[in-house]
Amino acid sequence: MIEIDPLLVREVIEDGKRVDGRPLDGYREVSIETNVVPSAEGSARVRLGDTEVLAGVKIDVGTPFGDTPDEGVLMVGTEFVPLASPEFESGPPGEEAVEVARVVDRAIRESKSIDVKKLCITPKEKVWMVYVDVDVLDDNGNLIDASSLAALAALMTAKMPVLNEDGRVDHDKKGTEPLPVTGRPLCTTFVKIGDKIIADPSSAEMHALDARLTVGTFEKDGHVKLCSMQKGGSMGLTLDEIDTIVKLAEQKGAELRKHIK
Amino acid sequence: MSERKLVIPGDFLGDGRAGHGAYEEDNNAFSACIGLAEEKNGMHFVIPLSGIYNPKRGDGVIGKIEDVAFSRWIVDVNSPYEAVLPLAEATEEFIDLTKNDMTKYFNFGDLIFVEISSVSQTKNVQLSMRNRKCRKLRGGRLIKVTPAKVPRIIGKAGSMVEMVKQMTNTQIVVGQNGIVWVKGDHEDIAMDVIALIERKSHVHGLTDHVRAYLEEKMKNAPKVEHKKDYREHDEQDDFDRGFEGGEEGDFQP
Amino acid sequence: MELELIKNGTRIDGRKLDELRPIYAAVGVLKNANGSAMFKLGNTTAIAGVFGPRKVFPKHQEEAERAILRTKYNMAPFATTERNRPGTSRRSTEISMVTRQALTPLVFLDEFPKTAIDVHIEVLQADASTRCVGINAAALALADAGIPMRDLISSCSAGKVGEHTVLDVAGKEDTEGELDLPVAYYPRKKQITLLQMDGVTDSREVKEIIKLAVKGCEKIYDEQKKALRSKYKLEESE
Repeated sequence: MIEIDPLLVREVIEDGKRVDGRPLDGYREVSIETNVVPSAEGSARVRLGDTEVLAGVKIDVGTPFGDTPDEGVLMVGTEFVPLASPEFESGPPGEEAVEVARVVDRAIRESKSIDVKKLCITPKEKVWMVYVDVDVLDDNGNLIDASSLAALAALMTAKMPVLNEDGRVDHDKKGTEPLPVTGRPLCTTFVKIGDKIIADPSSAEMHALDARLTVGTFEKDGHVKLCSMQKGGSMGLTLDEIDTIVKLAEQKGAELRKHIK
Repeated sequence: MSERKLVIPGDFLGDGRAGHGAYEEDNNAFSACIGLAEEKNGMHFVIPLSGIYNPKRGDGVIGKIEDVAFSRWIVDVNSPYEAVLPLAEATEEFIDLTKNDMTKYFNFGDLIFVEISSVSQTKNVQLSMRNRKCRKLRGGRLIKVTPAKVPRIIGKAGSMVEMVKQMTNTQIVVGQNGIVWVKGDHEDIAMDVIALIERKSHVHGLTDHVRAYLEEKMKNAPKVEHKKDYREHDEQDDFDRGFEGGEEGDFQP
Repeated sequence: MELELIKNGTRIDGRKLDELRPIYAAVGVLKNANGSAMFKLGNTTAIAGVFGPRKVFPKHQEEAERAILRTKYNMAPFATTERNRPGTSRRSTEISMVTRQALTPLVFLDEFPKTAIDVHIEVLQADASTRCVGINAAALALADAGIPMRDLISSCSAGKVGEHTVLDVAGKEDTEGELDLPVAYYPRKKQITLLQMDGVTDSREVKEIIKLAVKGCEKIYDEQKKALRSKYKLEESE
């Protein structure tokens, strides 16, 4: 893996180009494979350029939280596995891993794409717990978007498990009922380098960025709506830059959604 | 002290260049800290009212020996940067390190009044005892003040600190790094007054206020029996640096 | 629900749609920290303490050419209606990170290579916008510590309750509202250094919500400046 100097990245972008030749608003090639982990209720392996992540969905029964007795539980986690990058260390999730998990979670949760009320089996006693865990296998930039794609693809192809007479999950039977997911929420990330805004930053571009803005979008009644936003990076953004990015996000979110049926 | 405007970070100072405590943007100078704004020859700067000590060449500082290494001492000068006093800068005597222990000269915890001879760009701070005013400080007590307030404690041509020394019959050494050393008859009162000057550092007529405070305190102070006048430099207290002559720095001890 | 929260343009706590809660700011409230401040927005209270620039431990985090800014956001266990478990959580980790990113553009880190500037934020009472109140306190504490900065940074949130856009969401508006959008703003450069959003909106509306939050930040900026000046003015007038 050749390391590209952030200064070189800045110079190239100043000229309106990118090191890998993409247009400023271009996404890298997306490939999605679902049902790759048979032991999971749903799974998806996503490649976004050279970034590779694997999401698995596990569904189980459990007790609801005290303040939401008639709602199922959705939890999103990420693992920045050390083999994915020389910069990842083993141990509990660092702030970057926590951020990716929470940003991906936010888009799915705020868009209400999973109706948690439908996941209630017996109020106050038994609900479906949906766990989405994203393992980062190869970090080459833009883990948020890759994880978001993988999480959505895994959720949309997930099948509800079958319960046996005891009311527990029967691990010998394969379910056929799909997990109900609507809206197809996805996160799209853009970074500012110098005075240029680019989409889907590569690893080198992540190291050279001034500011980053991730916008979650989803479909509702034929329109594109926003469901989450998260700014990152150590420099500021003007209102105009934010506006530009939001409009780009609506467009790119729709393009990415085409990969997920 | 002349009238100076209190400014805070982001305050517009004027068009022109920015010096210490200020920064430039589009040919305008803005304040970078809370402090008093000054202008000299089109250069705007701000004297900060708070902040840690950032070592500067030529400053006389009070340091504590933190570590004894081969042919040098590591000194804590109340800043995030370590300061080094090389053996050659502490004494001109030839010291055979195989026979003599470095700690004979300065040991862990010793206090010294020392000059900063250089600060590199990577913040390596070098010290020197060559200046005649440098010496080991024995006994006495220390008080830490905000480095920005040091000029007030010293006063114009040393007038403020001299007044305190006279009236409390103490030796006082003020380090530019915000460490003040006091030794003598009424150390408590001297330290109290120094804390007062720090608190009221930008009040007008401070000297009179401090004099009145001292008079009041000294009226009720217990009498002290002593053999000598502490204001005189005690010969026995001097570490024999072995330097002949040496330069008189222009910093205030 | 909407009828309960807003009636005739007045909110349940009596505020107008674009009104902030009462602000309280005080600088230099702690003796040990190099710089400190307390900031309140209505019932949300945070205290910030700054240490440094100081030596970096662990040393491997040190940067040769600049200071590192480390920020820790923490909520006291008694700050919320139901006791919240002490220690770090994913939420506090994320907030610590975005707070640090909000403050970084303002600080002249290059002035103090190989040191650390540590910002600790403790939320004493939580009633929405805790990260905003934390940032407001932290900015003042950094200035109080004498750390060179370009400007202060101001933060507050705006949101949606029903169809209405409101400034500084609090209480029931937070738990039952549609959208929450905290922002941190650098006034002279008109730059946003923190921006997060949960809730549903569209590109046109989000612009209005952000603009409203920015207006709130500008008011907070004035109060922060007053508090900073008054700590030192007080001594001057004696």
